[in-house]
Amino acid sequence: MRYPFVVGRSDFIQGDEAIARAAILAGCRFYAGYPITPASEIFEAMALYMPLVDGVSIQMEDEIASVAAIIGASWAGAKAMTATSGPGFSLMQENIGYAIMTETPIVIVNVQRGGPSTGQPTLAAQGDIMQAIWGTHGDHSLIVLSPSTVQEAFDFTIRAFNLAEKYRTPVILLTDAEIAHMRERVYIPNPEEIETVSRKLPANEEEARLPFGDPHGDGVPPMPIFGRGYRTYVTGLTHDEHGHPKTVEPEVHERLIRRIIDKLERNKADIITYETFGLEDAEVAIVATGIVSRSAMSAVKMLRERGVRAGFLKLNTIWPFDFEMVEKLAERVRKIYVPEMNMGQLYHLVREGANGKAEVELISKIGGEVHTPMEIIERVVG
Amino acid sequence: MYLKSSYEIRDKYLRKDMLPTIFCPGCGIGSVLQFTLRAIDDLGLNQDEIVWVSGIGCSSRVPGFVNFDGLHTTHGRALAFATGIKLTNPDLRIIAFMGDGDAAAIGGNHFIHAIRRNLDVTVILINNFTYGMTGGQVAPTTLKGLKGTTAPYGQFENPFDIAQLAVAAGANYVARWTVFNYLQGINSVKKALQKEGFTLVEFLSPCPIGFGRRNRMKTSPELIRWYQEITVPLAKAKNMKPEELEGKIVIGEFVDRDRPGLVREYQEYIKRAKKMMGWEG
Repeated sequence: MRYPFVVGRSDFIQGDEAIARAAILAGCRFYAGYPITPASEIFEAMALYMPLVDGVSIQMEDEIASVAAIIGASWAGAKAMTATSGPGFSLMQENIGYAIMTETPIVIVNVQRGGPSTGQPTLAAQGDIMQAIWGTHGDHSLIVLSPSTVQEAFDFTIRAFNLAEKYRTPVILLTDAEIAHMRERVYIPNPEEIETVSRKLPANEEEARLPFGDPHGDGVPPMPIFGRGYRTYVTGLTHDEHGHPKTVEPEVHERLIRRIIDKLERNKADIITYETFGLEDAEVAIVATGIVSRSAMSAVKMLRERGVRAGFLKLNTIWPFDFEMVEKLAERVRKIYVPEMNMGQLYHLVREGANGKAEVELISKIGGEVHTPMEIIERVVG
Repeated sequence: MYLKSSYEIRDKYLRKDMLPTIFCPGCGIGSVLQFTLRAIDDLGLNQDEIVWVSGIGCSSRVPGFVNFDGLHTTHGRALAFATGIKLTNPDLRIIAFMGDGDAAAIGGNHFIHAIRRNLDVTVILINNFTYGMTGGQVAPTTLKGLKGTTAPYGQFENPFDIAQLAVAAGANYVARWTVFNYLQGINSVKKALQKEGFTLVEFLSPCPIGFGRRNRMKTSPELIRWYQEITVPLAKAKNMKPEELEGKIVIGEFVDRDRPGLVREYQEYIKRAKKMMGWEG
């Protein structure tokens, strides 16, 4: 396999470019998108690379169509991705719900910008955390990953594909304008250094007849690909294990939705990753995700230099959320600070996790600039 | 043409465990489904190489009743989903079963862009002038003055002529019939299935329950007579004055051409990309 970019060494590239390269190394061969700042460079890179690796890159008429196209591609057997930013992400919600309901592995990158509405197209924000988790209607679950560096944007993209394939679910990669446009040194591994996961296929006719069943007891049904003679019917309506619509049987709906949510809940240990610093003896903890993690990390180091026993929890996965882990943290510290570039979205989750065991304080910043470490420190030391 | 018995067609292509269908008495969707299956059968196409896609609405439930791979998607978006399927696996032949509201209202943008790209798909469009599944609201095809639950005093907007829209947007093959044009319908679907690029066969189809009932045509025979009154064959329409054609719907084969389809265009694009990058001569 020949790649249209160098592998096995480092390169100095933007976050958006890193995501495109990672997707190709993860096996993505179908990209559909609609241009939007600050996500367009992902599309532009995919447009450049995809034909060279015999993949598809197509500019759809809108974001709704983009998600639709990647879902279709996934059922035809491709690893597929789209990328967008806030307003486009809102348009995608309908078909993200469809992908959840039909258990279609896809990757959606949302490069966050300031909103609501057209807002601040060129500036970073973290205002789509709740939309990423709860944007579509109905009871559901999906996976949301949040990188804080260009290297992480690369690594988490590969992980996003692997998780999507492993659990037959949409995965949202939630980055922001800052990571998208920032250039950093990124190690682009050789393909053989990368672990890639592909969806489970039906082992036999019997399994293929249960495209929404649970033949392996792990909650993740093997996925019969179109065109392989299985004659699978896929619908966004509530369906039984065979895929037949069963819209007025309460028990069928309950069984389906609970399994879809449970397949992620029971695998939280595999899906959720986080990093900590100085939490062992911490009195106060800072919990952050994405780009703000970098200021938070600096703030914790500077606080410790000043003799404040501060610790840091960096969330790489924001959904599923590890409420138990945050509660344990809250039992050990006096106070938790949540700096984020919105009016308090991660804050809600952390506060729920803390469960009253520690005070939780939001350090909110909006307008497009990342918190400086000093802004965090000032709030902690009062 | 030799016509097999409908039992033979039913047994060969329908999912028995999904029957009976959800369709109302007098509905034309079953007839159109039969035309399509007869066309597939007559052409001897491989059942495992056809994927049916649909959006939302009565006609969009069809892929559930046929024993093929099928994707029953979101309202209006079937052709966007089809784009991903077809470009990922060009060996698959795609049939999109759509309604008038599905294709021309919520899906209007996907529809014209799929045609502009010349996406390789055969669209079977059921036009019954109404939103049947949600209870008889007016559609973008509802003729002026006709009633629906959201225009109880008669539609005041201009309707779309879907077939003409498809011709203008660049489709390779466009035909329109009523469900009573049995042989023409089957022949058109056969033609459409054999062509590259975007092909559309629109069927004016009776909906006595959702549409007819509100417009003094409570049964299929009444709707048949009405269709006979309002439709004009293309050859005859050519010699008619615009004022004579007012309120009439022209039926026939509107276009039959061979512009390259999206799959072929993309395959050429890949070759061009590799050549421009010096990857191959």
